[in-house]
Parts: sequence; structure tokens; C-alpha cells
Amino acid sequence: MKKLMLGNEAVARGFYEAGVTVVSSYPGTPSTEITEYSANYDEIYCEWAPNEKVACEVAFGASLRGARAACAMKHVGLNVAADPLFTLSYTGVNGGLVVCVADDPAMHSSQNEQDSRHYAIAAKIPMLEPANSAEARDFAKAAFTLSETYDTPVLLRMCTRIAHSQSIVTLEDRQARPLPDYHRAPAKYIMTPANAIQKHPLVEERTRKLTEYAETCPFNRVEMGGTKLGILCSGTCYQYIKEVFGDSVSVLKLGLVNPLPVQKIRDFAAQVDRLVVVEELDGIIEQHCASIGVAVEGKSLFSPIGEFSQATIRRAFGLEQPKEACAESLPIPVRPPVMCAGCPHRGLYYSLVKNKVTVLGDIGCYTLGAAAPLNALDSTLCMGASVSGLHGFNKASDGADAAKTVCVIGDSTFIHSGITGLVNIAYNNSHSTVIILDNSITGMTGHQQNPTTGYNIKGDPATKVSLEALCHAVGIHRVRVVDPYDLAACDTAIREELAADEPSVIISRRPCALLKYVRHPGPISIDADKCRGCRACMRIGCPAISVRNKKAVIDATLCVGCGVCSQLCAFDAIEKKEVKA
Amino acid sequence: MRTINLMIVGVGGQGSLLASKLLGSLLVAEGYDVKVSEVHGMSQRGGSVVTYVRYGDKVYSPLVDLGEADYIISFEKLEAARYVDRLRPDGKIIANTQQIDPMPVITGAAEYPEDILDRYAEKGVQIDAIDALSLAEKAGSVKTVNIVLMGRLARYLDIPYEKWIAAIKQNVKERFVAMNQEAFALGYNS
Repeated sequence: MKKLMLGNEAVARGFYEAGVTVVSSYPGTPSTEITEYSANYDEIYCEWAPNEKVACEVAFGASLRGARAACAMKHVGLNVAADPLFTLSYTGVNGGLVVCVADDPAMHSSQNEQDSRHYAIAAKIPMLEPANSAEARDFAKAAFTLSETYDTPVLLRMCTRIAHSQSIVTLEDRQARPLPDYHRAPAKYIMTPANAIQKHPLVEERTRKLTEYAETCPFNRVEMGGTKLGILCSGTCYQYIKEVFGDSVSVLKLGLVNPLPVQKIRDFAAQVDRLVVVEELDGIIEQHCASIGVAVEGKSLFSPIGEFSQATIRRAFGLEQPKEACAESLPIPVRPPVMCAGCPHRGLYYSLVKNKVTVLGDIGCYTLGAAAPLNALDSTLCMGASVSGLHGFNKASDGADAAKTVCVIGDSTFIHSGITGLVNIAYNNSHSTVIILDNSITGMTGHQQNPTTGYNIKGDPATKVSLEALCHAVGIHRVRVVDPYDLAACDTAIREELAADEPSVIISRRPCALLKYVRHPGPISIDADKCRGCRACMRIGCPAISVRNKKAVIDATLCVGCGVCSQLCAFDAIEKKEVKA
Repeated sequence: MRTINLMIVGVGGQGSLLASKLLGSLLVAEGYDVKVSEVHGMSQRGGSVVTYVRYGDKVYSPLVDLGEADYIISFEKLEAARYVDRLRPDGKIIANTQQIDPMPVITGAAEYPEDILDRYAEKGVQIDAIDALSLAEKAGSVKTVNIVLMGRLARYLDIPYEKWIAAIKQNVKERFVAMNQEAFALGYNS
């Protein structure tokens, strides 16, 4: 059966067909749907873990027990999972183990543009990179055989344009795999120095064997199309090359991107007059070619920044671009992403801005508070860095700035990496004020459950972490909850907790306005006769409010009636409706 | 045949996903090689969003680049203008005339260029402007704007009307089929 499938859906299909029984992940664009689609198969136990390190270790445990297991994450998630990954390279696997990582060239939804291939090289782990959904399924499936054959975890590298593109996949049946009996193998799995010293030479030997395999691996494919120009590429770059050149150039398409073949590349180079490496982000294939004495062009033609397209290829090779319908572009305003109408973060941010507070931010929808008109954030680094960073910020001024500095972190991000930072604040005693923006869901990645929501990935009831009890338990005595729709309450809470001579946590709690179970009062309107056009209601940056003929108006198709704007109107021009807690 | 390139553009949250799902299943059923490319995550939150749909004998790139689009289907006026540089000289923009202010307009940092499509039309860009929101309301729900626009697109593509209807039946919940058929017809005929 043929099916149009998202690249990520195809990876999940590959897991299913390979007989995988355990998948554990933390959501992150562009990797999230791999796990969501995996959860649709009843044969696969699937979960959202608190973070990528936990997810990777869950997959390790399942592999140790003999199951085929996988985890999926975005590129920066692999930084979090790097600790288990590097030593998994030494232990190897029992059941096949695949770590799927999705890179985000051009940073459509990410804080950096790191190239995950470096991890494969550094951890000495094989890495496969598909170029469409059919390959995503094939490679995901083959990765388990590779894992078991060479006793190694396998990295499967996706990127945004493969993960989030749909193309045709021919479905195959699942190869059911009964769970084998468990046999202890202490020397293989206990990585004390004595054992690890024995293992490292085996890892080097494995890389040698995998390099041999790379010479004959069917995923490293030569497509001859003349001898003038030869292209070395993988993943999405292959598609752009074929789009521009069709069959008129020769291509060595690399599916196994670590380790790279040696002789195969030398043979290919010998057949063409000019050899060019086309790779997004870093020049990894290019460096490999240099190390084996093969002359190539690469980053002299292509940038290490951003993603490519067919236009990038045409530009690099001096080809003509297609003619456009209109050569001239008229200036138009940009449309950046914004916090949604009714977003509970908006009220809290307004109160922070009003109190002129320094705000260390974190990763999630609430990062959008950095944009105009709120301009609420001072920093955003990585998951959890707001909490630990706040402590450092306050220690640096010996507490002098603690009364005017806070951090904000979402519920899911707090569970992911905020808890340890909070333990540090309590243990090493800074008078820090941590604000947990609890919107009862993992928002930015598209509404995934997490340990604070009370539901699991299947939507079934699950044990719910009490944020209040957790904060108390690590030694924070001042913990209070506010409704971010209530501006006066936010204002009081922020002032009182900043003034306190001890660490404190404010939990700003209201579910995401987009959650289906949330009942909104419905759109409210502005009385044009009362509106003086003062624009006070515009300061919160709500997409539902605009000014027409010098009067503020509310777009009824966007407004949910949260009522935050009506609390800002000094002329009682904005309708008030009762908002349920 | 050469590959045909479509772009569906709009504001995050406007519901372009159903449109690309409908097109994808229709084009696969017609026997084409198809690629549909979306961006999820951050830009979905009220930002400018774009979906690429490409079909033909063999499709490689998932993207539609400068001067390549045969049709740009826009859910919002400003978004139609944003991607004009992707349009082929013989390409056409199908534009919903709905206006949604972006944040720089809301904050007063920029003005909404209300005559933007007329100005492009004067420069020879083929634009089929349609009040899809009103037609969707007429069909029974503003949520059928996407199907109204698909109805309009159907006027230009070489795919029989009844195949579109079959794809609607396949992709829409049964109780909404009649309403969506009406929305499709309004887009096609008006």
C-alpha cells in the first residue's frame, strides 16, 4: 500500500516495521511527530520522558533487556542526551538501539544551528541520513539491523525539510520480535574503568569495520551522469541537486554519513573532472575528503549558514535563476510569530514589564515575550538556563539585584531542566524569584503532555507532579500561585516575592488558551464612544486588538475574552465578562 | 509533464493544513509523485506560514523557490504579497481578501498596505482576489475558507470536479461533507 507520509511519520513506520517495542522521547521541533506517530501503534510502548537524557537512558534499559528501542529528539536535545550516548558507544547494545536526531538548519524553531554529525564522529557511532520519507522508513528499519550487527547504537539524522515533508512510502509488514531471555553481561555493561579500558579498543575496531561496510553499504549510491561534474551529498541536498541537474551530473549520494567511505569516494573522484561536496551546515564530508587526499570544492562555494534550496545550487554553479512574475518587491511589514490571543503568559509579562524587572527567559512559547511590544526578556539560552542563570546573576551582584530580577520557565521546561537549578538556588541560597509559567501543557511543540499535566502520551490519566510540593521539597518555603489573567494579583505577587529575603517561586497558572477543554467567555468588544484612542490596551501586544480610525477595535474571530485588556482601560471602554478559574 | 508547484500561504492558525491534506490525497489518487512540505513549531503561532505542494512525474526538492510557483493560494492579503517573488511569469495568485494585522501594524511600527494586491496587479501579476471569508460564512462556517479557496484553485487545475469532491469526502468528517461541498462549489463558481 502506498501512502503519502511525513518524514517523521515514516520514521515511526520504520520503528513499527522493525519490531520496536519501546520508544521514549522529549518533544522538540522538528522531531516531535516521530514519537507522536509511534504512539499510534499499539504494539509500541511509547512515552514522553521528562528530558532527552532520560529518554535515551530508557531506550538503553529496553535494549539491555533485549528489546528494539528508540528515542527521538531535536538537535539541541542531543546535547542533553550526550552523556549516555557517548558511553552507550562503549557498552553497545543487546536489542537494537536507534537515537533519532532532527537538525534545524535555518533555525525555523531553534536557538542554534548545530550540526549533529559532529556527535556521530565524536561518539564513534554510525549515522544514517535519509533524503525523503521512503528512505526515512527504510533507514529507520535498517538502523536496527546495523545496531545489532555491529553492537552499537545508531544515530538517524533528520532535518526540518525531510522531517516535515510528505512523500510517498510503500508500507511493509511488521517483523514481530519476541523478547529474548535476559542474560547478565557485566563486563559489557558495567562501565567502570577496568571494563571501559577493555571496550575502547573494540570501539576503534568497530569503526574500522563500519568504514569497510561504508564501501559496500547500499545506502551509499553512485548515480553516473557524465564525467564533467561529480557531486558528493546526502539528505536534502541530494534533492536540490537532482532538482537542478536531473541526471546530467554524477552523484555519490551518501546515506551512511558516519563513518564515511574512503575507496568509494576515491573511485568516484577518479571518474569525474570536477568534484564538489554539497552539504548544509558544516563541511564534514569536505574535511573527510581532505583527510584522505581527495581534492574537492565545498565551503568555498556554499555557506555553512542556513538551509539550501534549488536556488542555492543554481547560484553556486553560476546557473540562471527562473524568471519571476514581478521583478520588483514592494515593501511590506513582517509577520513574526506572536503569543496567541488569550495566551495566559501575556498578563504575567505585562506585570513584569510594568515593574521594570530584569527577566531571564527560557525555551517555549513564552520566549515570544521577548518580542515587541512587551520586550520582556533579557536572555534565552537553553532549557533550564533561566533558573540556574538567575542564581548566577544574583550571586554576581552579591544579592544587590535580586530584588529586581526574576526568571520565567514553562511547566514542561521546568521538569526538563529547571528542577536542578532550583535545588541549587535553595542549597546555595540566593534570594532568587523563580516564576513557573504553568499552562498545563508543552505548548510550542504542539500540545504534548508532560509530568505536570496528569495525562500520558496516549491521553490516559497519569501521576501528576505537584509543582508546589516539589518546590517545597527542595527547600523553597515561599511558593505561591497566581492567575495570570488577574493583573492586580500578578503585580502583588511579583512585588512581594521580589522583596522577600529568601528564595521564592511564583506559579503563574492557567491552561493554554488553545487547549480544547478550555472554555472561554467568548469575544468581548470595545465601546467606540468611550474609547479615547490612548492605546493603553495595545501595550500587551494582543493580536486581536488593532486601531482603526484612531479607536481600538477587537477582532471577534481572534478574541477569546480573557479580559486582560479590559483591566488596562482607564475609560471603562472594554467590555468585561466573567472568566472562569 | 513538468512538475507543478503550488504554495499555500497564510497566518499561523488559519487552517491551511486541511487544504494541503486534501491536495496531497487528491494528487496521490491521480497517480502523481507528490511532495508536501510544511513548517511546524514556532512560526505556527500567528506568524507567516507557508506550505509547498509539488506534483508531477518525479518530484525531488520539497521546496518551491524564486520564480517557480504556478499558483500561490493565500489565506490573507498581505501574505499573498509576501511571496510574489516565488511566482512564475505565467503564474497566478489566488488571494483571500481577508486582512489580519501583523504585530508591527498593531504596535504602530508599520502600516498595513491595503492596496498591495492592486499595486501588484498593475505590475502585471495575475491575481484572482476572492472574498473567501464571506463565501465560507454563506456555506455555513468561517472554517471552510480553506475549501472555498480549494474550489477556486480547482478552476485552474486539470483535475475533474468529481475527483475533488471525492477527496473532500475522504478528508472531512461525514457530518461536515455537505457544508464543505457547498463551500467548494461557492469557491469554484462565484
